[in-house]
Order: sequence, then C-alpha cells, then structure tokens
Amino acid sequence: MNQLLGFIKKEFTHIFRDTRTMVILFGIPIIQLMLFGYVITTEIKDARIAILDHSNDNVTREIKNKILSSGYFLLEANLLQENEIDPIFKKGDVKQVIVFERNFAQRLEREGKANIQVIADASDPNTAQMLYNYTNGIVQDYTKKKYAGFTIPVQIKSEVRMLYNENMVGAFMFVPGTMALILMLISAMMTSITIAREKEMGTMEILLVSPLKAPHIILGKVAPYLLLSVIDAFVVVFLGNVVFGVPIRGSLFVLAFLVILYISMALSLGILISTVANSQQVAMFISGFALMLPTILLSGFIYPIENMPYALQILSNFMPPRWFIDALKQVMLKGNGLEYIWPNILILSAMTIFFLALSVKKFKLRLE
Amino acid sequence: MDRINPERTPIIKVENLVKKFGSFVADDNLTFNVYPGEIFGFLGANGAGKTTAIRMICGLLEPTSGRLEVAGYDGYHEREKIKRNIGYMSQKFSLYEDLTIYENIRLFAGIYGISRKVRLEKTDEMLKKLQLEESRNKLVGGLPLGWKQKLAFSLAIFHHPKVVFLDEPSGGVDPLTRRTFWDLINEAAHQGITIFVTTHYMDEAEYCDRVAIMSEGKIVALDTPAALKAKYQADSMDGVFLKIARNKE
Repeated sequence: MNQLLGFIKKEFTHIFRDTRTMVILFGIPIIQLMLFGYVITTEIKDARIAILDHSNDNVTREIKNKILSSGYFLLEANLLQENEIDPIFKKGDVKQVIVFERNFAQRLEREGKANIQVIADASDPNTAQMLYNYTNGIVQDYTKKKYAGFTIPVQIKSEVRMLYNENMVGAFMFVPGTMALILMLISAMMTSITIAREKEMGTMEILLVSPLKAPHIILGKVAPYLLLSVIDAFVVVFLGNVVFGVPIRGSLFVLAFLVILYISMALSLGILISTVANSQQVAMFISGFALMLPTILLSGFIYPIENMPYALQILSNFMPPRWFIDALKQVMLKGNGLEYIWPNILILSAMTIFFLALSVKKFKLRLE
Repeated sequence: MDRINPERTPIIKVENLVKKFGSFVADDNLTFNVYPGEIFGFLGANGAGKTTAIRMICGLLEPTSGRLEVAGYDGYHEREKIKRNIGYMSQKFSLYEDLTIYENIRLFAGIYGISRKVRLEKTDEMLKKLQLEESRNKLVGGLPLGWKQKLAFSLAIFHHPKVVFLDEPSGGVDPLTRRTFWDLINEAAHQGITIFVTTHYMDEAEYCDRVAIMSEGKIVALDTPAALKAKYQADSMDGVFLKIARNKE
C-alpha cells in the first residue's frame, strides 16, 4: 500500500512540474469549451438576404418587417426583377432571397392562399436549411396571429416545436460533446503518453525489475488522471451551466456516476494504447487519430447519426463517446435517471471491461 | 579474492539458456555460474547478446529454453522473490529527471519497502559519500552524466540486494569518471553485493574477478583476466579480445 501511495505521489509530481501537461489538463478544456460554445455555434445571426417584392402591398410590408426585425436577417438589397437573383447569389454575400408573388394581399384575401418563394444558397446546406426554417417560422407565426379570429383554412398545419432545446441553443449540443472530447483527450491520451514516456526514458525497466506488481504500476499511473479528469468534468459542467445556461435537470449523483464510468473507459483505452506504443509520439498519434476523430465525427457530437450512411451508423455503435453523449444529454437536458440510461451504462461498462481485459493481457511484465 | 564466499554455492546458475527472436538466436546455450561476492563481467561487442542475457537473468525477458536460478529462486516460477533480491541499472540512464535527488531516493526506497528511519539514515550516508549533500533538493535532470550514473548505481544498491545487474553502466563518460565509478562498484562488492556487469570497454574487464567473453550469442571464453591473458599470451584484455576475434576467423 505504501509502495503504491509513493508511486501515485510521484506521478502527481510529474504532472504538477510539467507546464505542458498542466496546460493540457486545465487550459485546453476551458479553451475548447469556449471555442465550441461560441465559434462553432449552430445559430445564425444577421444572415444577409435580398427581397424581391412583386406586390409591395401592406401584407408583404408587414411580413418583411417581421423578418427583418427578427435578428436573424440583414437586408442586403431590394430587388426589382427576377434576373437580378442569380448575380446576387454569385457575389456570395447573400444567403437567401425571398420572393413575394404579384397581388399578394389580394390573392390572400380572395383565395385564402398566397405564395412566397424562398431561394437559398445551398452550397452550405445546413445554413440554407436553417435560414429557411427561420423564414418559414416567421411567416407561419404572422399568418397565425393575423388570421387568428378567422375561420379560413390555415395553409400549413404542421408545427414544429423544438423539444428540450426550444431556442435551438447550440451550446446544449456542444457542451456534452465537448465533455466527451475533453475527457477522452485527458484520460486516454495523457495516460497513454505518460506510460509511453516511462518506456522511452528507460524508467519502465527499473519499475519492471522492482517488486512493484503490474496492476500497481498501472493503477499508480492512472489514479492521478482519474482524479484530475473528474475535476475537469465538473469544470465543464459548471462553465456550461453558468456561461451557456446548459441546465442540469437530472441528479448530480447519476451525472457523477456516468462521468466516472466514461473516464474509466477512456483510461483503460489509454492503457491499451500504451501497451502497443513504445514512444510518446506513437502514443499521441494513435490517440489523436484513433480516438479524437471518431469522437468528433462518429459520436453524434457534431453530425447527427441518423443522417449517416448505414455502414457508418453501425460503426458509430462501437464508439464509446456516442453512448456517453447520449446519456449525458438525457441526464442534463431531460432530467432522465438510471431507469432511462441503463442501456448506455451497460454498454459503457462492457466496453471498459473489454479494454481492461485486453490491456491486462497485453501489458507485459517482461519487456519483449 | 577473500571476499568471495569460500562455500562456492552459486548465486546465479545458468544452464543451456537460449533466447530466440523468431529465427534469430540472440543467446545460444549459455552455461555459467556466478558466485556470491564476485564481480562478474560479460564482455563482447555490440550485438553479441550481452544485453539479452542480462535481461533474461533479471526477468525482463522470457527465456526460450534453459535453466535459470537467481539467489536460490527459480527464474521461471519465483520471479517475485527474485525481484526483492536484485538491483538493476540499465544502459539508459534511468532515474526520474524531473524529480529531485531526494524524491528519487524516497520513491525507490518506498518501492522496495524500506522504512522511513532506515531511509533517512542511508540517504545521508549515501549523499555524503557521493558529495551530493548540497544537491539533495535539486532536480536530477540538471546533474552531469557521471554524477547521474553514480546516483543511479547507488540507488540500484540502496536496498542492499544480493546481486546487482549493471548493463553497460558507464557508457558515454570519460575514463577518469569511469575509474571513480568503479571505485563505487568495488566498494559494493566488498559489502557482499554480487556484481553482474556487461561492458564493451576492455579496461573495465580488468576490474572484474571473472570475465565471460561473448561473441555471436555464445560464450567463447570464461576465466579470470589473469588466466585469460596467460592463455592467449596477451598483456591486456584488449589483446585477449583481439586474439579471440582473430582465432574465430
């Protein structure tokens, strides 16, 4: 026991004396959270649009006012003819053109139906879709309010309400994702690097010749990172809550349990990587490519899993962050408890045991 | 030779030890004994199989076949007991450079289960001997290589093992520093610690009680330096080594 404590103490000394490690442990999480929260936001503000109003009556004016005062759009130009549309898109600043048909107010009154054409620059399809949704929402809202008392048929009956994230705040999506990414980075990457460093420096041989047992060596290397990762997780949750207003609706206890489970999984992955990597570079390379990219791309962090090709959807099932992010969202946003997230817990536990068993098998007490 | 145990019960027994890496035979049927209190040298060019042999004996490598016994324990089944009775210093300088001298001592003393009281006593004694008392709280990384090696050796024998294994311990330092390093080794031998050392420096071979000369995975000669010099009619170990190499051709 004293052996182990001395070893853990030494590991903490390594961490606290190395500025680079300290920056990765405590600087990167905060920077990443801020970056993802602010820069890669999915909300669009002040998108430039042009309007072609063939009618220019009181109804179109009212709708235009609504659209332009929404905060989502900035009017770049008022067009007069159809043939101006193409050139203005080609210039590139304008993301959407809204066209009102002739005799808009008249038709609406007589036929109960009038057309607005929305043309969007779909070279960036996500933006285009989002802008269309904003526009559509504003128009629907207008019609509903204006003709609330009337019995005329409402044109579009479908109504979309964004559950759990009514304002479509991007941070709600990015905070759990960032957490998955950061914890993977710290736990898996840092442990694999720190074990690889012992091999590189030759100190691993000294440890292997000593009476220290293999599980003690591993535990001693991993314990400090477990503790520091848990601290990091709570920093992220706290900042997400205070800065971006991401709620914590579920129980803190369940949240902590989930986080610790995910960290354990990442640590065992790190150990597994270190059994094959003999240098810090190799360890960094493997954790960078084999862990970071799938965490970002295949976990549902940024790109919805439902939109992926079938093969990638299958593949995403094998990505631990997928199950973590899903469970995290359930706990934080929906307030779900263990009765809902137990499948995720089960899958993450199975993965942890699998990685641990594999690394114990591969961790060589003797150097080959 | 009076410090060598007259009972002559070997502390290391090696019989037909073989290590293969795939089809490459790194060590081919090594057989020798090392006796308590001896300074036993493994001499040979780079790639002769010295490091592979020392790693097998201290348990870092699994032998392919053969018998192995260290400090009375079986090399296959009683590893844990062997580990408590040996010390090891590798080719690479291997203390933690980002820890201070004292932190390194405390760590290794802890790993070998040395009590606080004994540790404090031995630390003072050791640092005084190495004239490093002033540097007690300095980072090891800042010391000159010669001092690092002396420190690494002193730590390898800190728990007073029965045998200490030194794998090319004095690589990269000047002959004078090597000389003072060997003073430490001699002193440890006089305290009853058996020394097993590999080297490719011929002058170091002169300091050993017995020397095994290795070439291409085999032991080609094994005796005291004096006997070897007489046999090969050479006046230095360098000469012995050259004659053996020539005979092979």
